Amino acid sequence: MEAVFLTFVFVLSIFLGFELISKVPSTLHTPLMSGSNAISGITLIGSLACLKADNGTVAIILGTLAVTFATVNVVGGYAVTNRMLEMFKKKDDKGAK
Amino acid sequence: MMDTIALLINFAYVVSAGFFVLGLKMLSSPATARQGNLLSAFGMLLAIVVTLFYAGLDYKWILLGMAIGTGIGLVAAYKVQMTSMPEMVALFNGFGGIASLLLAWAEYHQHPELSVFIALVTFLSAFIGGITFSGSMVAFGKLAELISSKAVVFKGQHIVNGAILLAAVGSGVMFSMDSAASYPVFLVIVVVALLFGVTSVIPIGGADMPVVISLLNSYSGIAACAAGFVIHNNILIVAGALVGASGIILTKIMCKAMNRSLTNVLFSGFGSTTQAAGDGPQGETKPATAEDVYYILEAADSVAFVPGYGLAVAQAQHVVQELGELLEKNGTEVMYAIHPVAGRMPGHMNVLLAEANVPYDQLVEMDDINPKMESVDVCVVIGANDVVNPAALDDETSPIYGMPIIETHRAKTVIVLKRSMNPGFAGIQNALFFYPNTRMYFGDAKASIQALVAEFKGD
Repeated sequence: MEAVFLTFVFVLSIFLGFELISKVPSTLHTPLMSGSNAISGITLIGSLACLKADNGTVAIILGTLAVTFATVNVVGGYAVTNRMLEMFKKKDDKGAK
Repeated sequence: MMDTIALLINFAYVVSAGFFVLGLKMLSSPATARQGNLLSAFGMLLAIVVTLFYAGLDYKWILLGMAIGTGIGLVAAYKVQMTSMPEMVALFNGFGGIASLLLAWAEYHQHPELSVFIALVTFLSAFIGGITFSGSMVAFGKLAELISSKAVVFKGQHIVNGAILLAAVGSGVMFSMDSAASYPVFLVIVVVALLFGVTSVIPIGGADMPVVISLLNSYSGIAACAAGFVIHNNILIVAGALVGASGIILTKIMCKAMNRSLTNVLFSGFGSTTQAAGDGPQGETKPATAEDVYYILEAADSVAFVPGYGLAVAQAQHVVQELGELLEKNGTEVMYAIHPVAGRMPGHMNVLLAEANVPYDQLVEMDDINPKMESVDVCVVIGANDVVNPAALDDETSPIYGMPIIETHRAKTVIVLKRSMNPGFAGIQNALFFYPNTRMYFGDAKASIQALVAEFKGD
């Protein structure tokens, strides 16, 4: 039954994603990509929750690596997206400087 | 007590998901996009912090992993040049993929006895995560030109890929039926996934990178989703699905902009087949000097710059902006017409021009400029080639026939900045160069535009 419930969430999220993303203008496609990329680092949450103190050595090594890679993905992704979006300015903003 | 904490954590995830959705929604306008990204980041932070309240976590390894990851992520994000953004995105994307693979592996290692459904999603998480990782690394190598960005094709490639895929499906089924006894099979799955990522991206040429990056972006989301199924975590499923959908939409847009199907991009090794010599259009070109171009621009009422990947290579975005500003002072209307697949990733040119302080209201999309092209006095094509090749409209034998282009040839005058007469990425000679209203301005894009800026300032 839980599988059905999870699939439910999955399918609805896909539709929501389609709706949201199709409204993003092409000017913002690169930040969209790096921003959504950062969101895909959500695996970090799973990696954290599974890195238990009573895990065996192999699972701890794998888990720590997963946490490290996912953190690079999340932190780097959001930071670089922010850096890009800072640069998008309107004409009026430019005159004000 | 334990359950109450878990319940609260999961409620916090719902809030995080809300922030992700809101963040993506605010990306629909450049004015709100930055705030949107910050909201999304806040949602992520919230999810991370509440997750740390789960009982029994091994904090020292968590801390170590997060410290290293944060360090690398921040340095990379602030050091990277805007022109290298496609590589950066490919790299981060690959990291997300491998994290999904590692998570699935760690979970399986810890609890090898899985139900068929969980075994299946574990397989998917590891397999898709593995493809995302190695595929992204190859894409990274191609974009950073560490390996040849040309399409690498060999005889029997489809057969090799087919065999790999068959092996993957076979081992996936075996693994799902009896996961407890299938540890070696799992290792085979990991190897096959990594191999498949390489063999499926290697035949794709540099100009098709926007499609590949979008697709890999989508994979990384789907891998995260599968990982969410493995550990029964809704936030992974929601966030992964959002990213998966985003990647699919971008892939579709990119394919449409090249008038090619996804299968064609993935399997044809485009750019590896060049036209037979002498087939391309031939004729006289009319070269122009900096002074000639200056007089043309000086007299123009409207100028549209058409940038391509060459602009990024020459790092010419800042001088182009400077020239644009000088033209505006001269009373000329300045636009930047951007083809959806110009550059090496979706929206690549927009980011470069934004970096150079070009206001985003001057950036015009292909579909908006084409109808009024006749009224544009001068189109300045900088480092773009195939996306302005009129053969796409009228030459049925051309490999790019049917691809929508920016129809610069219909402008009153076209100035093409080009290093030499070498054909573009697709290996196709450009008919535009021989049009009567076209002038060729040879040289390095940056130096050429600097010369024009000097002419304007010399007045």
